[in-house]
Amino acid sequence: MFDSIDDTRSRLSAQGYFADPGLTTSLFLALRMQKALFLEGEPGVGKTEVARVLSTILDTPLIRLQCYEGLDITHAVYEWNYPRQLMEIQARSAAAGGRATGEAPADAADIFSEEFLLRRPLLEAIHRSHEKAPVLLIDELDRADEEFESFLLELLGDFQITVPEIGTFTAEHPPVVIITSNRTREIHDALKRRCIYHWIDYPSADQELAIVREKVPEAEERLARDVVDFVQRLRDEDLYKLPGVAESLDWARALTHLSAHRLDAATVDRTLGLILKYQDDVDQIRGARTAAILEAVQEG
Amino acid sequence: MSVEAGQVFLHNLLAFTRALRSAGIRVTPAQTSDLTRALGWVGLDHREEVFRTARALLVTRKEDLALFEMMFRRFWSAPDGQALSRPQRRPPAPRERRKPESRFTIATYMAFKAQSAMEERDIADRSGTFTDEEILNSKRFADMTPEELASVRRLLERMEWSASLRTTRRRTPHHAGRDIHMRKVLRQASRLGTIPPVLPRRKRVVKPRPVVLLADISGSMEKYSRLVLQFFHVLARGMGDVETFVFGTRLSRITPQLRLRNVDRALDEVSRHVIDWAGGTRIGGSLGEFNRRWGRRVLRRGAVVVMISDGCDRGDLESLAREMRRLRHRAHAVIWLNPYMGRADYTPVVGGMSVAISFVDQLLSAHNVQSLQEFAHALAGARRSGRSVRRPGRRPEVRQGVPQ
Repeated sequence: MFDSIDDTRSRLSAQGYFADPGLTTSLFLALRMQKALFLEGEPGVGKTEVARVLSTILDTPLIRLQCYEGLDITHAVYEWNYPRQLMEIQARSAAAGGRATGEAPADAADIFSEEFLLRRPLLEAIHRSHEKAPVLLIDELDRADEEFESFLLELLGDFQITVPEIGTFTAEHPPVVIITSNRTREIHDALKRRCIYHWIDYPSADQELAIVREKVPEAEERLARDVVDFVQRLRDEDLYKLPGVAESLDWARALTHLSAHRLDAATVDRTLGLILKYQDDVDQIRGARTAAILEAVQEG
Repeated sequence: MSVEAGQVFLHNLLAFTRALRSAGIRVTPAQTSDLTRALGWVGLDHREEVFRTARALLVTRKEDLALFEMMFRRFWSAPDGQALSRPQRRPPAPRERRKPESRFTIATYMAFKAQSAMEERDIADRSGTFTDEEILNSKRFADMTPEELASVRRLLERMEWSASLRTTRRRTPHHAGRDIHMRKVLRQASRLGTIPPVLPRRKRVVKPRPVVLLADISGSMEKYSRLVLQFFHVLARGMGDVETFVFGTRLSRITPQLRLRNVDRALDEVSRHVIDWAGGTRIGGSLGEFNRRWGRRVLRRGAVVVMISDGCDRGDLESLAREMRRLRHRAHAVIWLNPYMGRADYTPVVGGMSVAISFVDQLLSAHNVQSLQEFAHALAGARRSGRSVRRPGRRPEVRQGVPQ
């Protein structure tokens, strides 16, 4: 656990995560108050990375639940191991031999025991908590249906899961919960109020440069500066999808593979697809806009 | 901090949360008590740290961040104790003021309301009778009196509104479903000691699609805008998942305003919120704003887009084509309602309409009640043209029993 906000910041940056002061404070508070951290932001600003870095720092397993439409209890919490249950029934009826099949075996109920239970991420997080609090990442909650939120609300309240056939599982050390959302829809307020809410913005130029230098050390400093400057200026353009930090990193990596030392118009045109993910955006930026942005980059 | 100073601070903190509430940022007592707890760890010496802590615990929406920051700076800039003795004045809500030169129709609308309330009724109210409805059904909205328009509204409220259905990924037990309900099978099997002869099944849940309404409220559409908004109000209240936007030269989202139950109050709110009534038209630009800012958020889960416009665009037609293509790409279906379509002499070849038409699944008229009934029908059956709904390679439903 972190001692102070400063301690949080230095341990994050030791792992190569350069958080802005707001995120550092929120993370510190989330851990201290044992509340979930709710991270919202555009794709590619490093929301998921927070959970990964945190599990490294705390030296604890990272359990991830990727949300999607139609996510239900059988994929998020637990499911029964049907093939094993079927085989068990088969084996028992064979062993019973002459007994009439209509007669229920005395031990029928125990195919719904823990032995036949498949733990999905949420139950796993509670199960693993017996040694040490794990980091539970609930990724892209906005993709799940609203019904799932109310279930989550309940879980975050007391970290208990009830399996009707077995009983209630309770977390010994409540997991550190990180929830992320790309804001494709509004998450219910009741859930967000239970959490520490933080909006992750695109990083400042200095911050982004530090990230690129850290993650792509093979890129020359001049090139890294150009990449960050170009991407930062691109975020002021009128685009469908603005490039995130993930795109800057990909781009810097690709450019080093192309042995580029600085950005020039030809290289940018060839590699624009790495930072812009819509053809309309590429069409808009390619050519004259690229030249104009490059000129500004080289001046600055 | 001394006990006394702590008391003063706590008092100020409560005053601050009250100020936040009055500015529209909802703060629960649980959040306030969390904040006092958190400040115990963070300390009060570092002003920026206090700000970030308060923000982390009290704000739950991106939209509130800027307002919160402004409120915080204002409130805590007062010298110590001042906020205690003199209650802070509530800052003005950050709502856009209506430009004085805009000609909207809120004046005309109010006049209309007043007039219809005062007027002597010398004819019996026959709305609802058969002949009355017959006439009303085919009469053009443009030729209607305020009373007739009011009965049109009642008529619209009585109609069934629903978007076409989509198959979700959630499943529910159903005897004729395609998937085997394994949990149920095993529960029965554990009782029987063998696999049950008839397998319980599940099927996918169907749900109405989300609907996104976009209305043109520019000058050329002015005489329809009041009716369109009333229509939107009916739709927003009659269906589950509806987002509403209006545009002239720029886009405004009016979903929250239309949630008000009373139609007059809802429309008052809308008219205060929207700033470019009856101005120019820039369909392409407004759609671009919609696609960029809202597309990803509201065009999900197979949404049906309903556009109401005459397609008279003074803007850039190339951008209109681009944005329409993008809109159609994201939406399940695009239905375009054009109030001028009902005119015999009108063909959709002018300006924006001629460009947009190739990206529209259904182009319907919207000049009388009958045409809106046709629209209700189209909405309930809305599907993308030029593509089969059933995806190839799907197996047909298995009715009953054990599959081979």
